Amino acid sequence: MRNILTIFQKEFKSYFNSPIAYIFIITFLLFSSWLFFRTFFLIGQAQLRALFGILPWIFFILAPAITMRAWAEEKKLGTMEVLMTLPLKDYEAVIGKFLASFIFVIIALFLTFPLPLTIYILGNPDTGTIIGGYLGACLMGGAYLAIGLFISSLTKNQIVAFIISIVTCFALLIIGEDIVLMSTPSIVIPIFTYLGLGAHFESISRGVIDSRDLIYYFSVIGFFLFLNTLAIESRKWK
Amino acid sequence: MISASHLSKSFGSTLAVNDVSFEVTRGEVLGFLGPNGAGKTTTMRILTCYHPADSGTATIAGFDVLENPLEVRKLIGYLPENNPLYMDMGIVDYLEFIAKVRNILPSKRKEKIKHVIELCGLREELGKDIGELSKGFRQRVGLAQALIHDPDILILDEPTIGLDPTQIIEIRELIKRIGKEKTIIFCSHILPEVSATCDRIIIIHQGEIVGSGTPEEMASKGKGGETIYITIRGPLQEVQAKLQTMEKVKEFKKIGEKEDGLTQFEIKSDIGIDLSEELFFLVAQNGWSLTELRKETANLENIFLQLTTKEG
Repeated sequence: MRNILTIFQKEFKSYFNSPIAYIFIITFLLFSSWLFFRTFFLIGQAQLRALFGILPWIFFILAPAITMRAWAEEKKLGTMEVLMTLPLKDYEAVIGKFLASFIFVIIALFLTFPLPLTIYILGNPDTGTIIGGYLGACLMGGAYLAIGLFISSLTKNQIVAFIISIVTCFALLIIGEDIVLMSTPSIVIPIFTYLGLGAHFESISRGVIDSRDLIYYFSVIGFFLFLNTLAIESRKWK
Repeated sequence: MISASHLSKSFGSTLAVNDVSFEVTRGEVLGFLGPNGAGKTTTMRILTCYHPADSGTATIAGFDVLENPLEVRKLIGYLPENNPLYMDMGIVDYLEFIAKVRNILPSKRKEKIKHVIELCGLREELGKDIGELSKGFRQRVGLAQALIHDPDILILDEPTIGLDPTQIIEIRELIKRIGKEKTIIFCSHILPEVSATCDRIIIIHQGEIVGSGTPEEMASKGKGGETIYITIRGPLQEVQAKLQTMEKVKEFKKIGEKEDGLTQFEIKSDIGIDLSEELFFLVAQNGWSLTELRKETANLENIFLQLTTKEG
């Protein structure tokens, strides 16, 4: 537990040691604010639907940008050898890195607070959907990050990690979309709908916090962190 | 303190380490010598539990590297090959991170960090990020990292690679100083370095141990005797005849002849026998003259070459 905290602190600091953190936050806030306000005054409704509608599409590009260096850089620099010969367990490093990126995304989401603030000033929005939306966004972000971290642990090359992560996240996002489901055999439709990252987010952001959706996100995060640990351990395989 | 027995490891079809066994006793500085790609790093990685051996066992202070990897890692300070560091971290931040993972109590952390900073001479560069440091200082940061928890065992994989001569001497001095209290394995492909700092040497080649002993033992073992080069001005037949009669001369060979009557010989004798004085008198008594008398101290370089080239 102590080791997880130590890795978390180091990783979290390292985001702010490099320009990545600032570029990420600024880009994220610019995109989300612009896309939000673009339609906000046209629709004239006091709700954050516009923001939450586009978040899955912003995140699937930005989350891999956060995670691409996490392991790839350790491998490239060789610091992996320092890290993995320190007295800590592989999974502690994995969880520490995940938490650092997760808290980072939560901070980025928190910084969108002027948007709900505006709505509260201008109207009388449904607080349930706003809380649900933010909760869903955190969980979805976590899922994207876990995928990104796992893929980063497979390569030395950050760009490869970035692109493969985007493709994987994109695939997981669209398999639940109607346009994909229309052309798939009817037997797999329920599976695809369940696996798709988007549908779960939609239902949470409507303010319906269903345990199935929570379980879905926690399983995705857990599953990819487990794969990540395996990938780190693979150096020990004979 | 460190005991490795019958370690083997291969990557794909390449056998990186083949049946390597050795012991290191407490307080010993062991030089692990071999050309690049001989299996030094692979062996060190097995000892530090970075990756396991395919077969064989290794124990560090009684802890098996496979069964108790965390205990083993706690005891070892490790400077990996090429000294990997987080380039965008500050020196103090980095040492603090290592100190935390090394479970050094918060109350002692400051003191320990200060200690290694002094020990490794990092004070003047303290404010900088690691990426801004020169190679020599990075190396010191790597050493500081390995020393911070005051480990009983220190494993240094090519600690002086890429440094300039002054820095190399500094690092060597540091290792000697630390080596008085600690057990050290010091990997290198540079001979003088190892002979200057180590109590004992193991030479590894193509994954196998091809020789071991103290630097002195190795030096005498390699040549299998003493060699003297001598250049004499005198009648060739006579000189050869006299040399033939000398009991202690094991073997002699004419290796050069010049037109003005100078002849160079290579004379071999058994270990520990110094022929130079006798040869001098031989020349003096016969009224010849001597222009060269040179003893070749069989140096490690020759042994190393002998052991690591198949023909040798």
